[in-house]
Amino acid sequence: MLQLSLTQHQLLNTVKLGVKSLLLHKLRSGLTMLGMIFGVCSVIAMLAIGEGASHEAQERIKRLGSTNIIINSVKPPESQDDNNTSGKSFGIEYGLTYDDASRLQFTIPNVSNVLPMRIIRDNVRFNRNQEPCQVIGTLPSYTAMQKVDLVAGRFLSMVDQKHQRNVCVITSGLAARLFPYQSPLQSTIRVKDVYYQVVGLINETGTMDQRPQKDEMEGEPLDNNVYIPLSTAKTRFGETLIRRNAGSFSAEKVELHQIIVKMETTESVIAAEQQIKGLLKRFHNQNDYELIVPLQLLREAEATKRMFNIVLGSIAAISLLVGGIGIMNIMLATVTERTREIGVRRALGAKKKDIVTQFLIETVVLSIGGGTIGVMLGVLVPLLVSASTDMVTIITPWSVALAFGISGLTGIAFGIYPASQAAELDPIEALRHE
Amino acid sequence: MISNPKTIIDIRNIVKIFQVGEIEVRALRGVDVAIKEGSYVAIMGPSGSGKSTMLNILGCLDRPTSGEYYLGGEDVATMDDDTLSVIRGKRLGFIFQSYNLIAQLTVIENIQVPLLYQGVNLKDYEDKCVELAELVGLKDRLDHRPTQLSGGQQQRVAIARSLINDPLMILADEPTGNLDSKTGKEVLELIDELNSQGKTIVMVTHDDDIAYRADRVIRMKDGRVDKDEYRQRA
Repeated sequence: MLQLSLTQHQLLNTVKLGVKSLLLHKLRSGLTMLGMIFGVCSVIAMLAIGEGASHEAQERIKRLGSTNIIINSVKPPESQDDNNTSGKSFGIEYGLTYDDASRLQFTIPNVSNVLPMRIIRDNVRFNRNQEPCQVIGTLPSYTAMQKVDLVAGRFLSMVDQKHQRNVCVITSGLAARLFPYQSPLQSTIRVKDVYYQVVGLINETGTMDQRPQKDEMEGEPLDNNVYIPLSTAKTRFGETLIRRNAGSFSAEKVELHQIIVKMETTESVIAAEQQIKGLLKRFHNQNDYELIVPLQLLREAEATKRMFNIVLGSIAAISLLVGGIGIMNIMLATVTERTREIGVRRALGAKKKDIVTQFLIETVVLSIGGGTIGVMLGVLVPLLVSASTDMVTIITPWSVALAFGISGLTGIAFGIYPASQAAELDPIEALRHE
Repeated sequence: MISNPKTIIDIRNIVKIFQVGEIEVRALRGVDVAIKEGSYVAIMGPSGSGKSTMLNILGCLDRPTSGEYYLGGEDVATMDDDTLSVIRGKRLGFIFQSYNLIAQLTVIENIQVPLLYQGVNLKDYEDKCVELAELVGLKDRLDHRPTQLSGGQQQRVAIARSLINDPLMILADEPTGNLDSKTGKEVLELIDELNSQGKTIVMVTHDDDIAYRADRVIRMKDGRVDKDEYRQRA
C-alpha cells in the first residue's frame, strides 16, 4: 500500500504542506507533541540518571580491584557491647594474624600476592603542626596491589622492611597540611615518640572507603595516611593498642587489620573466596573478620543495573506509547475534520497514496518534532540534575538514538491507521461531508 | 466556434446501480450522451433524476456499473482508482457549489493544488497561476486565504484552479448555488467567456435562466435522458 513513488518536488511540497497545516493549529500540534516530548525526554533522562548511578557504583568497586579479595578484621559483636558499656573492660583479642597471612599465601591456589596491613589511628606531628592520621604498616608490594600514584621520592622498600627502618611515605594531602612551607622529603615527622623520615609522597586513588573501623575516623580527612614498613609498625606500636575514650580505656590486640589477597585471574576469585572462608574458619573460633569480594559486588551491581534499566526502559516505553496514542487520536480527529479537504484533493487528482503520504508526513513531522524537543530536554534534564545535586549522570548516545528512533517509529506506526482511514474515504462521500 | 469539433465525451448505455442495504437503487438506467469539444452543456432535472450521479461519472469520481465511457478517446469506465485520479488531475476541471477551496492555503496555492499531484515543478507554473488569477480578477489577492475572500471571489479562485491543468472539460456543479444573483451573474459571465475561448463546459443546474446560457440542455428524468435540446444562445 505504501509504495511511495513521489518525485522530489512532490515530497518537498507535501512536507511543506504538512508543516503548514500543523502550524495553522499551533495549540493542537503543540499539545499533540507534548506526549512525545515527555516520552523522549523521560527515556533519555531516566537512562542517563540510571547509567550515572550504576557507573559510579561500578567505578568504586573497580577501584578495589576485581582480582582482589579484601579481608578486614572486625570486632566480634559480643565483645563490642562489653567494651562500650563497661569502663573497665580491657584487653580483647581478635582479628587477623600474621599466620593467617602466610597461610593464605601458601595454601590458596592461584594467589599472586598477599598484602598484610596494620592500620593504627594516631596523630602525626611536624614541628608545631599536628594532624590526625592513619598509620599504615604494610609491605613494599602495596603499590602493586593498590592504585597509588607516586608523586615524589620512592615507596617503601624491602630494605626498609628488613631493617625495620624508621621511614615513611605520606599522602600528598597530609604533606600539604604538615609542611605548608617546605618540601617534606627527607624531613622527619613524629608519631607518638618515634621519628620517621619521609622518603616519598603518594596520591591514594582507591580503597579508602573500605578501610576497617572507618566509623571511628569520622570527620577526618580520608587521605591523611602515613605508610611505614610492617616490621617497623610491629616493633614501634606493639601488638596491643590502647585507646583512651572519654574516661575509659580500651585495649585491643590486633595483629593485622586488613589482608588483601590478590588472585592471578578474575576466574579464580570466586573459588578462592570459598577456600579463604574455609581456611579462616578453621583458625578463628569467633567471627572476627569479614570478606569483601569486589568482583562479587561488581556482578551484583551489574545485575542491579540490568534490572534498573529494564524497569526504567519499560516506564519510558509506556510513556512513548501513550505519546504515540495521543498522536493517533489527534490525527484521527483531524481526518474527520478534514474529510472535505481530502475529497477535494481526491477530485483534483490526488491518489490514495498521496493522501496517505500527506497524513503520514504530518504525523512524522509531529513525532520527529516532538522527538527533537524531547531530546533537547532529555539532555538538559540530566545536566541540571548533575549541576544541582552531586549525582553523576551519563547521557549515552544509544539512549538518544533509541528515544529518537522510537519516537519516529511511533509516529509512523500510529500515523498509518488515520492516514489509511483518510485515503479509503470515497471521494464523493468526502466531498459531501459538511 | 470550431467548424468541425471532435467528440471528447462519449458515454454509451451507462447504468449505475447503488446497493443501499438490501435495496437496489437504479440511479442511471442506460444513458447515451456524446459531447463535442467546445460545447456548453447544462444538465437539468429534478432531484433523484440521476443528474448528480451523471456528473460524478462524467467527473471520473465514480465508475458506472455497466456501459462505456470514452473521455478524449480513452475508455475510463474500467480504469482503476489510481488511473482515474490521474485522469481527474490531468483532464478535468471541477467547480463546486461550495467552492471547496483548501482553507490553509492561499489563493495562489489553491490554484496550484491540481499540479501537486502531477509531479511537476511548481516553479515552472508560477507565471501561469498568476495569469489565471489575473483572468479571474484576483491578481492583487494572491496571498489571501479563502476566509478573507467573498463567496464570489472564492468561486473565481475555484474557476482559476479548474483551468490550471488545461482540462478537456470543466465540470460545474451548481456553481452559483451559494451566491447572490449579482455575483452569480458575474461568475456565469466568466464561465461564458471561458466557453467562448473554446473550453468545454458541463454544468449541472436546476435554474432555467442559467441553463439557457448553454447551447445544449440535457434534461434527466428517472435515470434516463428525458430531453436533449440544442439551442441558440440567449
